[in-house]
Amino acid sequence: MANTILAVLEQRENKIKKSSFEVVSTAAGLAKDLGFEAQAVVIGDAVENIQDISKYGITNVTHFKSSELANYSASAYTNIIAEFAKEISAEYLLFSATALGKDLSPRVAVKLDAGCIVDCTNLQAADGNVIVTRPIFAGKALMDVKPKSEIKIISLRPNVFKANDSGSENSTNVVEKSVDNPDLSTKVIEFKKSEGKLDVAEADIIVSGGRGLKAPENFKLVEDLADALGAAVGASRAAVDAGWRPHREQVGQTGKTVTPNLYVACGISGAIQHLAGMSSSKYIVAINKDKDAPIFSVADYGIAGDIFEILPVLTEEIKKIKS
Amino acid sequence: MKIAVCVSHVPDTATKIKIDTSEKAIDKNGVTYVINPYDEYAVEEALKYKEKFGGDSEVVALSVGGDSNKETIRKALAMGVDRGILLKSENTFDSFGIAKVLADEIKTQGCDLVFFGKQSVDFDNSITGQLTATILGYSCIAVVVDLKIDGDKVIAEREIEGGKEVVESKLPVVITAQKGLNEPRYASLKGIMAAKKKTIEEKAVSTGENHIEMVKLHKPAPKQPGRILGTDSSAVPELVKLLREEAKVI
Repeated sequence: MANTILAVLEQRENKIKKSSFEVVSTAAGLAKDLGFEAQAVVIGDAVENIQDISKYGITNVTHFKSSELANYSASAYTNIIAEFAKEISAEYLLFSATALGKDLSPRVAVKLDAGCIVDCTNLQAADGNVIVTRPIFAGKALMDVKPKSEIKIISLRPNVFKANDSGSENSTNVVEKSVDNPDLSTKVIEFKKSEGKLDVAEADIIVSGGRGLKAPENFKLVEDLADALGAAVGASRAAVDAGWRPHREQVGQTGKTVTPNLYVACGISGAIQHLAGMSSSKYIVAINKDKDAPIFSVADYGIAGDIFEILPVLTEEIKKIKS
Repeated sequence: MKIAVCVSHVPDTATKIKIDTSEKAIDKNGVTYVINPYDEYAVEEALKYKEKFGGDSEVVALSVGGDSNKETIRKALAMGVDRGILLKSENTFDSFGIAKVLADEIKTQGCDLVFFGKQSVDFDNSITGQLTATILGYSCIAVVVDLKIDGDKVIAEREIEGGKEVVESKLPVVITAQKGLNEPRYASLKGIMAAKKKTIEEKAVSTGENHIEMVKLHKPAPKQPGRILGTDSSAVPELVKLLREEAKVI
């Protein structure tokens, strides 16, 4: 049964992640284009929203169920996915390019001698193969590649592909499989949640601050606006290197590349490394004193003024419309 | 303990990227190359563990690429790495091929502890460490910000969305380093002088057939210049209106 696309889904705290539904929809769409069949696989204990999968276009799901595998184990997950892909003769394996997807997909690739393409932002079927576009140099350029191996592994950048809720009434056909003696030689033993409420890698809205804030305590202005918008707080490299903010908040070439719906840059001049990491955001707002700052060249809307005067007013205005 | 650190030679992050006329490579004219920023954390961690293990512990730097990669190996040597090996290949865009030649050399060298940067800031693949480990049958923990090794037990914290995973594993292991793991040392003048006397062995290697074919490189569509709405908070109402009604993002 070749001609199969396998969507490899990720659950965290027993729930399939939004980015995995993007994988489901994309796999279903690609299967249609190539005349293939698509199915999905998930590893975990109880998976609460497993029935939602069919809404996004795949009805056949295999659930490897084990309480020992509720948390990620690189060794066990690799073996299970690779063996299952062989069993169903999957030709394509689609992952989400999350921390887990980027960790797991190359390991599976070795087991299947498959080419592994990471962080794809566009996928196009062409003559029975696919052309994959992915950003390189943190988005300063794009690379189009074609997998040449028999089995092909592609991970999709989160928040780029749409999870299309088709409103389908089909129910999800779940086959549960047990896992005997999984190889737990590498396993997660604890998850330490970070204090911030939202992570820049997953947020729909990001409010970022830079050197223009002048002092770490002034990030309160950025945090207040982020709270009002339900946004994650980000930071420029300058703010991180100065020790004002933790590295996990850094946006840019040596931080995270982000694609939120809205990116608000406050007191960030827009070094090339920063622009590379955020310029594919859907909408960008820049607030900066210097009207010639490079950040305005990528911003949809800008205010060339004093952040200390503007941010509190903006926060109040947002609170008003949200209440 | 024999420790390997794999380093790549990449355009400085301040580089404006231009595509050359072949459309399959970047224009290298006027581009400054540096050690991949994340590899500096990998080198530092390798040196820390060499100092910790003591005895006849040794750190060897491996790099796949052309002659110019020697500059990056030299940088690692100046920081304190003992010797370097350049695996000569011009084919450096398919991570799988790179991982194969690295795995071969790591096996030859007998290294049980291997460090990489979490990704190279050129092709941004972030998978070479995991590929290499899996080819070798080593365990692997990627994007590591804290590492403890006790006997053959390895406990590392890795950065993921919304927090850190504490991962338990054992030697032999490949660790890929994230910013925050340590504070890389500067190469001292003494170190730079000493590095000139250290050996860089060269080996011709073949990355085998690529698993991926390059079609072309291109630049993202330039962003349309936006609108400056004002110079103070009197522009805020208009901004909020545009975000709601035009962009529809709030």
